[in-house]
Amino acid sequence: MTDDSPLGLVTAVVTGSLLLLGAGLAATGALGLLRLGSFYERLHATTLGTTLGMGSVLIASMFFFSVLQTRPVIHELVITVVMMVTTPISLMLLVRAALYRDRREGSREVPPAP
Amino acid sequence: MSGAVLHWSIVLAQLLLAFGMACAAYRVLRGPRAQDRVLGLDTLYVTTAILLLTYGIRTGTTLYFEAALVIALLGFVGTAAMAKFLMRGEVIE
Amino acid sequence: MTRWLPFPSAAAALFAMWLLLNERVGAGVVLLGGVLALRAAQSLLTLELPKIRLRRPIAAAKLLLVVFREIVRSNNAVARIILGRKQRTSGFVRIPMDMRNPYGLAALACIITSTPGTLWVEYESAGNTILIHVLDLVDEEEWVRTIKNLYESRLMEIFE
Repeated sequence: MTDDSPLGLVTAVVTGSLLLLGAGLAATGALGLLRLGSFYERLHATTLGTTLGMGSVLIASMFFFSVLQTRPVIHELVITVVMMVTTPISLMLLVRAALYRDRREGSREVPPAP
Repeated sequence: MSGAVLHWSIVLAQLLLAFGMACAAYRVLRGPRAQDRVLGLDTLYVTTAILLLTYGIRTGTTLYFEAALVIALLGFVGTAAMAKFLMRGEVIE
Repeated sequence: MTRWLPFPSAAAALFAMWLLLNERVGAGVVLLGGVLALRAAQSLLTLELPKIRLRRPIAAAKLLLVVFREIVRSNNAVARIILGRKQRTSGFVRIPMDMRNPYGLAALACIITSTPGTLWVEYESAGNTILIHVLDLVDEEEWVRTIKNLYESRLMEIFE
């Protein structure tokens, strides 16, 4: 982007702050992978990046390209739907696998099978 | 002015995402258990998709959108397959 | 009708996705997308899914709003937990459910897992209870009440 670009200051500020919010949330989630103690706690951290983090970057991208090309660019909605559908499923599969492994080892951290 | 605002916020966002990818990569390398590594890999996929979208805004082309979509889809398939593998010891029964 | 178009909403969603990815509307794009969407919806028949009817679209829209509000709120809360140094305990909570509809339970699982701070762990069909993991666990009873009032009552209204 050069300074003589046709974008207004409003577009730049809106896109920039949405990008920073999304990237900040994704980075916080990834930092949670380091800071939280157990596997089940770490699973909560990833959701930050996949929900609001991804969401605000996608809104920033839709807004920016709609202004840049002066027509509605909404194909980012496909990624939004894909993330909304796939994230809970992959996390649930992962937690099932972890629970199964922990129970088979007789870990005291997880509640016993009903 | 507006170009500078956008440029610097994109650079800062990319630095933040690179930091996030480093955290996820640490989790992949260190574990301690297999499920932690898979979780780190899943986070790495998502962060990469966000980074590609950011790069698309920086260059002003929608070309990177498809790459982000493919990474998001393949990341889901990869995580699902590895979770299945951790549970059963094989992917296709 | 049911044989040619078994899952109209799934076919419509696939068709919309095809148009969004192509970013233009021409005869060839519409024809190919329509055929693909129809064939994909027909292939869903082999899964033999139980019947579903969405009866209350307004209640579903309200639920979506509630979920969005909760996701924003808990994103903030979890970010504070990760960046701060607050003392907290995490733990598992078992919640007895009144809902038995499989679609309702699947929707509840997706909602709970999508919200940072809570995680769906397992469903136990004999006693109809679910097990969730909570990052910041203060009072178990309060979580039981929250899940039941916020989500289960609305989901039962939609699916049962």
